[in-house]
Amino acid sequence: MDKTINVTLKIWRQAGPKVKGHFETYKLDNISTDSSFLEMLDILNEQLISEKKEPVVFDHDCREGICGMCSLYINGHPHGPDSAVTTCQLHMRRFHDGDTITVEPWRSNAFPVIRDLMVDRRAYDKIMQAGGFVSVNTGGVPDANAIPIPKKDADEAMDNASCIGCGACAAACKNGSAMLFVAAKVSQLALLPQGKVEAARRVKAMLGKMDELGFGNCTNTGACAAECPKCVPLSAIARLNREFICAKFKD
Amino acid sequence: MWLFNSSVGRKFVMSITGACLAFFLLFHASMNLVAIISEEGYNMICEFLGANWYALVGTLGLAFLAVVHIIYAFALSIINYRARGRERYAVSDRSNGVEWASMNMLVLGFIILGGLCLHLVNFWAKMQLVEILGSEPANGVELIKYTFSKWYFAIIYLLWFVALWYHLTHGIWSAMQTLGWSNNIWLPRIKCISNIIATIIVLMFVAVLVWYFVAGNCCCASACAA
Repeated sequence: MDKTINVTLKIWRQAGPKVKGHFETYKLDNISTDSSFLEMLDILNEQLISEKKEPVVFDHDCREGICGMCSLYINGHPHGPDSAVTTCQLHMRRFHDGDTITVEPWRSNAFPVIRDLMVDRRAYDKIMQAGGFVSVNTGGVPDANAIPIPKKDADEAMDNASCIGCGACAAACKNGSAMLFVAAKVSQLALLPQGKVEAARRVKAMLGKMDELGFGNCTNTGACAAECPKCVPLSAIARLNREFICAKFKD
Repeated sequence: MWLFNSSVGRKFVMSITGACLAFFLLFHASMNLVAIISEEGYNMICEFLGANWYALVGTLGLAFLAVVHIIYAFALSIINYRARGRERYAVSDRSNGVEWASMNMLVLGFIILGGLCLHLVNFWAKMQLVEILGSEPANGVELIKYTFSKWYFAIIYLLWFVALWYHLTHGIWSAMQTLGWSNNIWLPRIKCISNIIATIIVLMFVAVLVWYFVAGNCCCASACAA
């Protein structure tokens, strides 16, 4: 038998970037605990549309935790109360009958609200464009083992590469800092020989862009790593600091 | 200049000044401990660190470190507050593994600064300052005995030490992380080292306070009884 619950939703509604937003309360009955959080929001939107009201705008795409599109600050946690999952992987079984669920957009100076729960996360793309790549001359594909890479380094690079750029780190940070994102992107390349060549230029460019876009300064609170849906470790930030300080001392 | 206009640069300054101040605290606390072991010894140290050139250079250096640390703390707090955006979260819940101290470094810093001002008035102004001005400095041990026998000073100093302990437990490992001396294996270790150093420093300070508070008040009691 399907278990169903009744929930009260407190959702942030904001008509546009410059408009003052507010919370609106909705009641939803008979929500299956097997449905995902986003499916629950779909049900809410269907209900709103049938009542001829504006549906709630929220970001979503792949709904399997790999695209980094979904956001939502649910009951005081980015991607909700579960750890190591994105909002789309969160299920209603995490909530109880009669719960009030507060849903807010990411709140950060560098992520302005576009509408309701959707924020503009192009700041992360701009950081990537500043240097989050390897400039190689793409010729013929070399042999996979032409450059030997220790398993440990490959694994660590992969752990950092798991970052999907969803913005939960900056959303969780009390300083609005994007350090964990930048650290993951810098690390995944700095750990591998192909990326090491441009490591110094990359870290300066990406960090410079991060500061320019109005993200805050890291105070090693650790909320980013605790809330990261992909479990990017805090040690990535230490690597970013190390890479940056060394690059500056070399100048 | 990257020490002013980059976030990691600003944190670099914060960690270097903080680490130097922590080293000073370690030195200061060990020096205080002498007051328990030998009163003459403590007074000798006071004399040795009077208005000599090296003590003055040290004091100026410390003042510089403290001022830079405080100015950067305010600058960072303002930038970080702005970075958070105009709207605040209606519901916020502390994430797993986030230390209370790490969220309240500025508040703890204020308490430490307040305690520092009182401490400078209580001790420094009567010892090094008067010597710089050319008068005879107060007797170090007598000053400790007098100050720490007062219950209100004892409580204020104790609160100050508690704030200092919290500030250091986050500050020391945070400085190492900011300098890049951390990885998956060492992160738990530097957190542990941070707790140990903070506890040693604060316990040394507290030991002197408790020792002279007990000594002062027991003597008072026996004097009253007589």
